[in-house]
Amino acid sequence: MDNTPHLLVHDRRDNVGVVVVENLAAGASMLCVVTEDNSEFRCNLKQDVPIGHKVALRDLKPGETVIKYGQDIGRVVAAVRKGEHVHVHNLKTKRW
Amino acid sequence: MSSATRTIWAYRRENGRIGVRNHVAILPLDDISNAACEAVAAHIQGTSALPHAYGRLQFGADLDLHFRTMIGTGANPNVAACIIIGIEPLWTQRVVDGIAATGKPVTGFSIEGNGDIATVAAASRKAKEFVHWASAKVREECALTSLWVAAKCGESDTTTGLASCPAVGNVYDKLIPHGLYGCFGETSELTGAEHLAAARAVSPEIAQKFMNTWSAYQKDVIEAHKTSDLSDSQPTKGNIAGGLTTIEEKALGNLEKIGKKISFIDVLTPAEAPARGPGLYFMDTSSAAAECCTLQAAAGYVIHVFPTGQGNVIGNPIMPVLKVSGNPRTVRLMSEHIDVDVSGIIRREMTVDGAGDALIDAIVHTANGRLTAAEVLGHREFVMTKLYRSA
Repeated sequence: MDNTPHLLVHDRRDNVGVVVVENLAAGASMLCVVTEDNSEFRCNLKQDVPIGHKVALRDLKPGETVIKYGQDIGRVVAAVRKGEHVHVHNLKTKRW
Repeated sequence: MSSATRTIWAYRRENGRIGVRNHVAILPLDDISNAACEAVAAHIQGTSALPHAYGRLQFGADLDLHFRTMIGTGANPNVAACIIIGIEPLWTQRVVDGIAATGKPVTGFSIEGNGDIATVAAASRKAKEFVHWASAKVREECALTSLWVAAKCGESDTTTGLASCPAVGNVYDKLIPHGLYGCFGETSELTGAEHLAAARAVSPEIAQKFMNTWSAYQKDVIEAHKTSDLSDSQPTKGNIAGGLTTIEEKALGNLEKIGKKISFIDVLTPAEAPARGPGLYFMDTSSAAAECCTLQAAAGYVIHVFPTGQGNVIGNPIMPVLKVSGNPRTVRLMSEHIDVDVSGIIRREMTVDGAGDALIDAIVHTANGRLTAAEVLGHREFVMTKLYRSA
Protein backbone atom coordinates (compact mmCIF):
# COMPACT_ATOMS: atom_id res chain seq x y z
CA MET A 1 0.00 0.00 0.00
CA ASP A 2 2.86 2.41 0.84
CA ASN A 3 3.72 2.83 -2.80
CA THR A 4 0.14 3.37 -3.96
CA PRO A 5 -0.37 6.94 -5.21
CA HIS A 6 -3.21 9.04 -3.83
CA LEU A 7 -3.06 11.59 -6.62
CA LEU A 8 -2.01 11.26 -10.25
CA VAL A 9 -0.82 14.16 -12.40
CA HIS A 10 -0.62 13.70 -16.18
CA ASP A 11 2.03 16.26 -17.06
CA ARG A 12 4.65 18.25 -15.17
CA ARG A 13 3.05 21.51 -16.37
CA ASP A 14 -0.32 20.63 -14.77
CA ASN A 15 -1.65 22.72 -11.89
CA VAL A 16 -4.23 20.07 -10.88
CA GLY A 17 -4.06 16.35 -10.12
CA VAL A 18 -6.67 13.57 -9.80
CA VAL A 19 -7.49 11.68 -6.60
CA VAL A 20 -7.25 7.97 -7.41
CA VAL A 21 -8.18 6.37 -4.09
CA GLU A 22 -11.54 6.21 -2.36
CA ASN A 23 -12.39 7.90 0.96
CA LEU A 24 -9.48 10.33 0.97
CA ALA A 25 -10.06 12.81 3.81
CA ALA A 26 -8.89 16.35 4.54
CA GLY A 27 -5.48 16.40 6.16
CA ALA A 28 -4.05 13.50 4.17
CA SER A 29 -0.45 13.83 3.07
CA MET A 30 -0.93 12.63 -0.48
CA LEU A 31 1.68 10.70 -2.44
CA CYS A 32 1.44 12.35 -5.86
CA VAL A 33 2.86 10.78 -9.02
CA VAL A 34 3.39 12.43 -12.40
CA THR A 35 2.49 9.71 -14.90
CA GLU A 36 4.59 11.33 -17.64
CA ASP A 37 7.90 10.56 -15.89
CA ASN A 38 6.87 8.61 -12.75
CA SER A 39 8.28 11.38 -10.52
CA GLU A 40 6.81 11.73 -7.02
CA PHE A 41 6.01 14.55 -4.62
CA ARG A 42 3.83 15.16 -1.57
CA CYS A 43 0.86 17.50 -1.22
CA ASN A 44 -1.46 18.07 1.75
CA LEU A 45 -5.17 17.66 1.05
CA LYS A 46 -7.26 20.46 2.57
CA GLN A 47 -10.75 19.06 1.92
CA ASP A 48 -12.38 15.64 1.55
CA VAL A 49 -12.22 14.92 -2.20
CA PRO A 50 -13.90 11.90 -3.87
CA ILE A 51 -12.04 9.50 -6.13
CA GLY A 52 -11.70 10.88 -9.66
CA HIS A 53 -11.98 14.51 -8.59
CA LYS A 54 -9.28 17.15 -8.95
CA VAL A 55 -7.08 18.92 -6.41
CA ALA A 56 -5.19 22.19 -6.97
CA LEU A 57 -1.41 21.79 -6.87
CA ARG A 58 -0.94 25.53 -6.21
CA ASP A 59 -3.07 28.55 -5.35
CA LEU A 60 -5.22 29.56 -8.33
CA LYS A 61 -6.80 32.99 -8.84
CA PRO A 62 -10.01 33.77 -10.80
CA GLY A 63 -9.23 34.13 -14.50
CA GLU A 64 -6.23 31.78 -14.37
CA THR A 65 -6.10 28.82 -16.75
CA VAL A 66 -6.30 25.33 -15.30
CA ILE A 67 -3.78 23.01 -16.93
CA LYS A 68 -4.23 19.22 -17.17
CA TYR A 69 -2.53 16.90 -19.71
CA GLY A 70 -0.31 19.96 -20.22
CA GLN A 71 -3.35 21.61 -21.87
CA ASP A 72 -5.94 24.31 -21.15
CA ILE A 73 -9.06 22.75 -19.58
CA GLY A 74 -10.84 26.00 -18.63
CA ARG A 75 -10.67 29.07 -16.40
CA VAL A 76 -10.81 29.52 -12.65
CA VAL A 77 -14.03 31.34 -11.59
CA ALA A 78 -13.51 31.30 -7.80
CA ALA A 79 -10.23 31.37 -5.91
CA VAL A 80 -8.78 27.98 -5.00
CA ARG A 81 -5.93 27.26 -2.61
CA LYS A 82 -3.36 24.53 -3.00
CA GLY A 83 -4.79 21.23 -1.75
CA GLU A 84 -8.42 22.20 -2.35
CA HIS A 85 -11.07 20.57 -4.55
CA VAL A 86 -11.28 21.87 -8.14
CA HIS A 87 -14.61 21.23 -9.86
CA VAL A 88 -17.74 22.89 -11.31
CA HIS A 89 -17.89 25.39 -8.41
CA ASN A 90 -14.58 27.04 -9.32
CA LEU A 91 -13.70 25.91 -12.88
CA LYS A 92 -15.61 26.66 -16.11
CA THR A 93 -15.15 25.84 -19.77
CA LYS A 94 -13.82 28.53 -22.13
CA ARG A 95 -15.84 26.93 -24.95
CA TRP A 96 -19.48 27.14 -25.98
CA MET B 1 4.82 -13.71 -29.39
CA SER B 2 3.99 -10.37 -30.88
CA SER B 3 0.32 -9.57 -30.51
CA ALA B 4 0.23 -8.58 -34.17
CA THR B 5 0.87 -12.18 -35.28
CA ARG B 6 -1.93 -13.71 -33.20
CA THR B 7 -4.82 -15.45 -34.88
CA ILE B 8 -8.53 -15.73 -34.19
CA TRP B 9 -11.30 -18.13 -35.22
CA ALA B 10 -13.87 -16.21 -37.19
CA TYR B 11 -16.31 -16.30 -40.10
CA ARG B 12 -15.04 -15.41 -43.55
CA ARG B 13 -17.89 -13.83 -45.53
CA GLU B 14 -18.62 -13.93 -49.26
CA ASN B 15 -16.89 -10.56 -49.82
CA GLY B 16 -13.75 -11.59 -47.92
CA ARG B 17 -14.53 -9.63 -44.75
CA ILE B 18 -14.11 -11.29 -41.35
CA GLY B 19 -17.03 -11.56 -38.90
CA VAL B 20 -16.94 -12.67 -35.27
CA ARG B 21 -20.66 -13.35 -34.83
CA ASN B 22 -23.08 -15.25 -37.03
CA HIS B 23 -26.35 -13.36 -36.70
CA VAL B 24 -29.44 -13.86 -38.81
CA ALA B 25 -30.78 -10.31 -38.56
CA ILE B 26 -34.44 -9.39 -39.01
CA LEU B 27 -34.19 -5.75 -39.96
CA PRO B 28 -37.17 -3.38 -40.17
CA LEU B 29 -36.94 -0.76 -42.90
CA ASP B 30 -39.17 1.52 -40.85
CA ASP B 31 -40.72 1.96 -37.40
CA ILE B 32 -44.08 0.44 -38.35
CA SER B 33 -42.42 -2.82 -39.41
CA ASN B 34 -40.89 -3.41 -35.98
CA ALA B 35 -43.83 -5.55 -34.82
CA ALA B 36 -43.54 -7.94 -37.77
CA CYS B 37 -39.76 -8.25 -37.30
CA GLU B 38 -40.13 -8.93 -33.60
CA ALA B 39 -42.78 -11.55 -34.33
CA VAL B 40 -40.42 -13.38 -36.71
CA ALA B 41 -37.58 -13.23 -34.18
CA ALA B 42 -39.85 -14.51 -31.41
CA HIS B 43 -40.84 -17.47 -33.56
CA ILE B 44 -37.61 -18.45 -35.30
CA GLN B 45 -34.81 -19.28 -32.87
CA GLY B 46 -31.37 -18.07 -33.80
CA THR B 47 -32.60 -14.81 -35.31
CA SER B 48 -32.60 -11.35 -33.84
CA ALA B 49 -34.81 -8.37 -34.65
CA LEU B 50 -33.35 -4.86 -34.69
CA PRO B 51 -36.28 -2.53 -33.98
CA HIS B 52 -35.73 1.22 -34.31
CA ALA B 53 -37.70 4.44 -34.43
CA TYR B 54 -37.37 5.81 -37.98
CA GLY B 55 -37.69 5.24 -41.71
CA ARG B 56 -40.81 7.15 -42.75
CA LEU B 57 -40.90 10.44 -44.67
CA GLN B 58 -37.20 11.08 -44.35
CA PHE B 59 -35.54 12.97 -47.20
CA GLY B 60 -32.24 14.34 -48.47
CA ALA B 61 -29.07 13.69 -46.48
CA ASP B 62 -31.12 12.29 -43.59
CA LEU B 63 -32.69 9.67 -45.86
CA ASP B 64 -29.27 8.85 -47.33
CA LEU B 65 -27.99 8.25 -43.81
CA HIS B 66 -30.99 6.04 -43.03
CA PHE B 67 -30.27 3.84 -46.04
CA ARG B 68 -26.53 3.82 -45.34
CA THR B 69 -27.18 2.69 -41.76
CA MET B 70 -29.71 0.03 -42.76
CA ILE B 71 -27.59 -1.37 -45.59
CA GLY B 72 -24.38 -1.16 -43.57
CA THR B 73 -25.93 -3.00 -40.63
CA GLY B 74 -27.14 -5.84 -42.83
CA ALA B 75 -23.83 -5.90 -44.71
CA ASN B 76 -21.76 -6.09 -41.49
CA PRO B 77 -19.70 -9.33 -41.49
CA ASN B 78 -21.15 -10.28 -38.09
CA VAL B 79 -24.43 -10.82 -39.95
CA ALA B 80 -24.56 -14.12 -41.87
CA ALA B 81 -27.92 -13.52 -43.52
CA CYS B 82 -30.63 -10.93 -43.35
CA ILE B 83 -34.39 -10.48 -43.66
CA ILE B 84 -35.71 -6.98 -44.40
CA ILE B 85 -39.33 -6.12 -43.67
CA GLY B 86 -40.79 -2.76 -44.72
CA ILE B 87 -44.22 -1.29 -45.10
CA GLU B 88 -43.87 -1.01 -48.89
CA PRO B 89 -41.72 -2.88 -51.40
CA LEU B 90 -39.67 -0.17 -53.13
CA TRP B 91 -37.54 1.19 -50.28
CA THR B 92 -37.42 -2.35 -48.85
CA GLN B 93 -35.88 -3.56 -52.12
CA ARG B 94 -33.35 -0.71 -52.05
CA VAL B 95 -32.00 -2.01 -48.73
CA VAL B 96 -32.11 -5.63 -49.96
CA ASP B 97 -30.10 -4.71 -53.06
CA GLY B 98 -27.52 -2.80 -51.01
CA ILE B 99 -26.93 -5.75 -48.69
CA ALA B 100 -27.01 -8.29 -51.53
CA ALA B 101 -23.95 -6.56 -53.04
CA THR B 102 -21.87 -8.26 -50.30
CA GLY B 103 -22.95 -11.65 -51.66
CA LYS B 104 -24.73 -12.71 -48.47
CA PRO B 105 -28.27 -14.13 -48.48
CA VAL B 106 -30.90 -11.42 -47.99
CA THR B 107 -34.63 -11.34 -48.73
CA GLY B 108 -37.15 -8.53 -48.38
CA PHE B 109 -40.83 -8.65 -47.46
CA SER B 110 -43.41 -5.86 -47.48
CA ILE B 111 -46.56 -5.52 -45.45
CA GLU B 112 -48.97 -3.39 -47.53
CA GLY B 113 -51.55 -5.62 -49.20
CA ASN B 114 -50.42 -8.63 -47.17
CA GLY B 115 -50.87 -7.63 -43.53
CA ASP B 116 -48.59 -8.48 -40.64
CA ILE B 117 -49.71 -12.12 -40.27
CA ALA B 118 -49.04 -13.25 -43.83
CA THR B 119 -45.82 -11.23 -43.92
CA VAL B 120 -44.59 -12.79 -40.69
CA ALA B 121 -45.46 -16.27 -41.97
CA ALA B 122 -43.53 -15.78 -45.23
CA ALA B 123 -40.57 -14.09 -43.55
CA SER B 124 -40.44 -16.78 -40.85
CA ARG B 125 -40.20 -19.52 -43.45
CA LYS B 126 -37.26 -17.73 -45.13
CA ALA B 127 -35.66 -16.91 -41.76
CA LYS B 128 -35.76 -20.59 -40.78
CA GLU B 129 -33.96 -21.46 -44.00
CA PHE B 130 -31.33 -18.79 -43.26
CA VAL B 131 -30.77 -20.06 -39.70
CA HIS B 132 -30.08 -23.60 -40.94
CA TRP B 133 -27.70 -22.20 -43.57
CA ALA B 134 -25.90 -19.82 -41.20
CA SER B 135 -25.58 -22.30 -38.34
CA ALA B 136 -23.75 -24.71 -40.64
CA LYS B 137 -20.96 -22.16 -41.13
CA VAL B 138 -17.63 -23.05 -39.52
CA ARG B 139 -15.13 -20.61 -38.07
CA GLU B 140 -11.74 -20.37 -39.79
CA GLU B 141 -8.37 -19.26 -38.51
CA CYS B 142 -7.80 -15.62 -39.48
CA ALA B 143 -5.26 -12.96 -38.59
CA LEU B 144 -6.16 -10.91 -35.51
CA THR B 145 -5.18 -7.85 -37.51
CA SER B 146 -7.84 -8.62 -40.14
CA LEU B 147 -10.42 -7.32 -37.65
CA TRP B 148 -12.12 -3.95 -37.74
CA VAL B 149 -12.24 -2.67 -34.14
CA ALA B 150 -14.02 0.57 -33.25
CA ALA B 151 -13.75 2.57 -30.04
CA LYS B 152 -15.86 5.07 -28.16
CA CYS B 153 -15.83 5.97 -24.47
CA GLY B 154 -18.85 6.61 -22.28
CA GLU B 155 -19.83 7.78 -18.82
CA SER B 156 -16.25 8.92 -18.75
CA ASP B 157 -14.52 10.24 -15.69
CA THR B 158 -10.95 11.21 -14.91
CA THR B 159 -9.87 7.56 -14.71
CA THR B 160 -10.86 7.16 -18.37
CA GLY B 161 -8.10 9.54 -19.43
CA LEU B 162 -5.64 7.96 -16.99
CA ALA B 163 -6.28 4.27 -17.62
CA SER B 164 -8.99 2.84 -19.90
CA CYS B 165 -8.57 5.19 -22.89
CA PRO B 166 -4.75 4.84 -22.86
CA ALA B 167 -5.26 1.03 -22.77
CA VAL B 168 -7.35 1.23 -25.95
CA GLY B 169 -4.76 3.58 -27.47
CA ASN B 170 -2.07 1.02 -26.70
CA VAL B 171 -4.04 -1.66 -28.59
CA TYR B 172 -4.34 0.65 -31.60
CA ASP B 173 -0.62 1.50 -31.44
CA LYS B 174 0.23 -2.22 -31.44
CA LEU B 175 -2.23 -3.52 -34.06
CA ILE B 176 -3.09 -0.76 -36.53
CA PRO B 177 0.41 -0.65 -38.09
CA HIS B 178 -0.09 -4.37 -38.88
CA GLY B 179 -3.43 -4.10 -40.68
CA LEU B 180 -6.18 -3.52 -38.13
CA TYR B 181 -8.91 -1.03 -39.03
CA GLY B 182 -9.66 1.36 -36.14
CA CYS B 183 -12.30 4.06 -35.72
CA PHE B 184 -12.97 6.87 -33.29
CA GLY B 185 -15.76 9.46 -33.45
CA GLU B 186 -17.62 11.76 -31.05
CA THR B 187 -17.27 15.05 -32.91
CA SER B 188 -18.64 17.27 -30.14
CA GLU B 189 -16.55 15.53 -27.54
CA LEU B 190 -13.26 16.49 -29.16
CA THR B 191 -14.00 20.14 -28.37
CA GLY B 192 -11.02 21.45 -26.45
CA ALA B 193 -8.72 18.87 -28.01
CA GLU B 194 -9.61 19.52 -31.66
CA HIS B 195 -6.19 21.05 -32.34
CA LEU B 196 -4.50 17.92 -30.96
CA ALA B 197 -6.83 15.66 -32.96
CA ALA B 198 -6.14 17.61 -36.16
CA ALA B 199 -2.41 17.22 -35.52
CA ARG B 200 -2.88 13.44 -35.62
CA ALA B 201 -4.21 13.49 -39.20
CA VAL B 202 -1.98 11.77 -41.73
CA SER B 203 -1.76 14.85 -44.00
CA PRO B 204 -2.69 18.54 -44.05
CA GLU B 205 -5.62 17.67 -46.33
CA ILE B 206 -7.07 15.17 -43.85
CA ALA B 207 -6.43 17.59 -40.97
CA GLN B 208 -8.43 20.22 -42.87
CA LYS B 209 -11.19 17.69 -43.57
CA PHE B 210 -11.32 16.94 -39.84
CA MET B 211 -11.44 20.63 -38.89
CA ASN B 212 -14.19 21.27 -41.47
CA THR B 213 -16.26 18.44 -39.95
CA TRP B 214 -15.65 19.60 -36.39
CA SER B 215 -16.39 23.26 -37.24
CA ALA B 216 -19.57 22.35 -39.11
CA TYR B 217 -20.81 20.46 -36.05
CA GLN B 218 -20.06 23.46 -33.83
CA LYS B 219 -21.88 25.84 -36.17
CA ASP B 220 -24.81 23.76 -37.41
CA VAL B 221 -25.60 21.78 -34.28
CA ILE B 222 -24.14 23.34 -31.13
CA GLU B 223 -24.38 27.05 -31.95
CA ALA B 224 -27.68 26.67 -33.80
CA HIS B 225 -29.47 24.86 -30.98
CA LYS B 226 -27.78 25.60 -27.69
CA THR B 227 -29.66 27.38 -24.93
CA SER B 228 -26.81 27.38 -22.41
CA ASP B 229 -23.09 26.69 -22.27
CA LEU B 230 -23.95 22.96 -22.52
CA SER B 231 -22.54 22.41 -19.04
CA ASP B 232 -25.67 20.37 -18.24
CA SER B 233 -25.21 17.98 -21.16
CA GLN B 234 -21.56 17.84 -22.10
CA PRO B 235 -19.99 16.87 -19.71
CA THR B 236 -22.90 14.67 -18.60
CA LYS B 237 -24.12 14.47 -15.02
CA GLY B 238 -22.31 11.14 -14.76
CA ASN B 239 -19.08 12.69 -16.04
CA ILE B 240 -19.36 15.46 -13.44
CA ALA B 241 -20.08 12.99 -10.64
CA GLY B 242 -16.91 11.22 -11.73
CA GLY B 243 -14.83 14.38 -11.43
CA LEU B 244 -14.76 15.73 -14.99
CA THR B 245 -15.49 19.46 -14.99
CA THR B 246 -15.24 20.87 -18.53
CA ILE B 247 -15.60 19.70 -22.12
CA GLU B 248 -11.91 20.45 -22.66
CA GLU B 249 -10.91 18.06 -19.87
CA LYS B 250 -13.28 15.39 -21.16
CA ALA B 251 -11.98 15.77 -24.73
CA LEU B 252 -8.35 15.41 -23.70
CA GLY B 253 -9.14 12.14 -21.92
CA ASN B 254 -11.23 10.95 -24.85
CA LEU B 255 -8.38 11.49 -27.31
CA GLU B 256 -6.09 9.22 -25.25
CA LYS B 257 -7.80 6.27 -26.91
CA ILE B 258 -6.19 6.85 -30.31
CA GLY B 259 -2.80 6.01 -28.91
CA LYS B 260 0.45 7.87 -29.32
CA LYS B 261 2.00 6.64 -32.56
CA ILE B 262 -0.64 6.37 -35.25
CA SER B 263 -2.30 8.95 -37.49
CA PHE B 264 -5.85 8.81 -38.78
CA ILE B 265 -6.02 8.39 -42.51
CA ASP B 266 -9.49 9.66 -43.36
CA VAL B 267 -12.59 11.39 -42.05
CA LEU B 268 -15.82 9.44 -42.55
CA THR B 269 -19.39 10.71 -42.70
CA PRO B 270 -21.77 8.92 -40.30
CA ALA B 271 -21.98 5.17 -41.11
CA GLU B 272 -19.62 5.55 -44.10
CA ALA B 273 -17.48 2.47 -44.70
CA PRO B 274 -13.73 3.14 -44.64
CA ALA B 275 -12.23 2.91 -48.13
CA ARG B 276 -8.54 3.82 -47.78
CA GLY B 277 -7.34 0.45 -46.52
CA PRO B 278 -6.13 -0.53 -43.04
CA GLY B 279 -5.60 2.25 -40.54
CA LEU B 280 -7.33 4.54 -38.08
CA TYR B 281 -10.40 6.50 -39.21
CA PHE B 282 -12.28 9.38 -37.64
CA MET B 283 -16.06 9.26 -38.08
CA ASP B 284 -18.38 12.23 -37.62
CA THR B 285 -20.72 10.90 -34.91
CA SER B 286 -22.76 11.95 -31.93
CA SER B 287 -21.06 11.33 -28.59
CA ALA B 288 -24.12 9.39 -27.39
CA ALA B 289 -22.98 5.78 -27.03
CA ALA B 290 -25.83 3.97 -28.77
CA GLU B 291 -25.81 6.31 -31.78
CA CYS B 292 -22.05 6.14 -32.16
CA CYS B 293 -21.86 2.34 -31.84
CA THR B 294 -24.75 1.88 -34.30
CA LEU B 295 -22.96 4.07 -36.88
CA GLN B 296 -19.63 2.28 -36.42
CA ALA B 297 -21.29 -1.14 -36.78
CA ALA B 298 -23.03 0.12 -39.94
CA ALA B 299 -19.62 1.15 -41.30
CA GLY B 300 -18.51 -2.47 -40.95
CA TYR B 301 -16.72 -2.61 -37.58
CA VAL B 302 -17.11 -6.04 -35.96
CA ILE B 303 -15.82 -5.49 -32.40
CA HIS B 304 -16.07 -2.42 -30.22
CA VAL B 305 -13.80 -1.54 -27.29
CA PHE B 306 -15.54 0.80 -24.89
CA PRO B 307 -13.65 2.54 -22.07
CA THR B 308 -15.94 3.62 -19.24
CA GLY B 309 -15.30 5.38 -15.97
CA GLN B 310 -18.63 5.65 -14.16
CA GLY B 311 -20.13 2.58 -15.87
CA ASN B 312 -21.95 2.99 -19.19
CA VAL B 313 -23.83 -0.27 -19.87
CA ILE B 314 -24.15 0.05 -23.69
CA GLY B 315 -24.31 -2.89 -26.09
CA ASN B 316 -25.15 -3.39 -29.76
CA PRO B 317 -27.26 -6.09 -31.42
CA ILE B 318 -24.67 -7.12 -34.02
CA MET B 319 -21.28 -5.85 -32.77
CA PRO B 320 -19.89 -7.13 -29.44
CA VAL B 321 -19.03 -4.22 -27.14
CA LEU B 322 -16.16 -4.87 -24.71
CA LYS B 323 -16.11 -2.68 -21.59
CA VAL B 324 -12.84 -1.51 -20.14
CA SER B 325 -12.70 0.38 -16.87
CA GLY B 326 -9.92 1.89 -14.80
CA ASN B 327 -12.17 3.06 -11.98
CA PRO B 328 -11.85 0.63 -9.03
CA ARG B 329 -15.18 1.76 -7.56
CA THR B 330 -17.03 1.05 -10.82
CA VAL B 331 -15.25 -2.29 -11.25
CA ARG B 332 -16.41 -3.23 -7.75
CA LEU B 333 -19.98 -1.86 -7.85
CA MET B 334 -20.80 -2.76 -11.48
CA SER B 335 -18.63 -5.83 -11.97
CA GLU B 336 -21.18 -7.58 -14.19
CA HIS B 337 -20.69 -4.90 -16.86
CA ILE B 338 -16.91 -4.73 -16.97
CA ASP B 339 -15.00 -7.12 -19.26
CA VAL B 340 -11.48 -5.81 -18.65
CA ASP B 341 -10.38 -4.26 -15.35
CA VAL B 342 -7.45 -1.89 -15.87
CA SER B 343 -7.75 -0.11 -12.51
CA GLY B 344 -4.31 -1.48 -11.67
CA ILE B 345 -2.93 1.37 -13.77
CA ILE B 346 -3.96 4.02 -11.25
CA ARG B 347 -2.50 1.97 -8.40
CA ARG B 348 0.72 1.59 -10.43
CA GLU B 349 0.29 -2.20 -10.30
CA MET B 350 -0.27 -2.38 -14.06
CA THR B 351 1.35 -0.52 -16.93
CA VAL B 352 -0.55 0.89 -19.90
CA ASP B 353 1.39 -1.60 -22.02
CA GLY B 354 0.22 -4.48 -19.81
CA ALA B 355 -3.35 -3.17 -19.92
CA GLY B 356 -3.17 -3.06 -23.73
CA ASP B 357 -2.05 -6.70 -23.78
CA ALA B 358 -4.93 -7.68 -21.45
CA LEU B 359 -7.34 -5.91 -23.77
CA ILE B 360 -5.88 -7.69 -26.81
CA ASP B 361 -6.46 -11.01 -25.00
CA ALA B 362 -10.07 -9.98 -24.45
CA ILE B 363 -10.45 -8.99 -28.11
CA VAL B 364 -9.10 -12.40 -29.19
CA HIS B 365 -11.49 -14.25 -26.84
CA THR B 366 -14.41 -12.14 -28.03
CA ALA B 367 -13.49 -12.70 -31.66
CA ASN B 368 -13.33 -16.45 -31.01
CA GLY B 369 -16.90 -16.37 -29.74
CA ARG B 370 -16.79 -15.60 -26.03
CA LEU B 371 -19.76 -13.35 -25.26
CA THR B 372 -19.13 -9.92 -23.76
CA ALA B 373 -20.81 -8.69 -20.59
CA ALA B 374 -23.16 -6.52 -22.67
CA GLU B 375 -24.14 -9.49 -24.85
CA VAL B 376 -24.85 -11.74 -21.87
CA LEU B 377 -26.82 -8.98 -20.15
CA GLY B 378 -28.95 -8.48 -23.27
CA HIS B 379 -27.81 -4.98 -24.22
CA ARG B 380 -28.83 -4.57 -27.85
CA GLU B 381 -29.14 -0.81 -28.26
CA PHE B 382 -29.75 0.00 -31.93
CA VAL B 383 -30.21 3.73 -32.35
CA MET B 384 -30.34 5.47 -35.70
CA THR B 385 -28.84 8.94 -36.03
CA LYS B 386 -31.37 11.41 -37.40
CA LEU B 387 -30.14 14.66 -38.93
CA TYR B 388 -33.42 16.63 -38.89
CA ARG B 389 -37.21 16.31 -38.71
CA SER B 390 -39.00 14.15 -41.26
CA ALA B 391 -41.19 15.71 -43.94
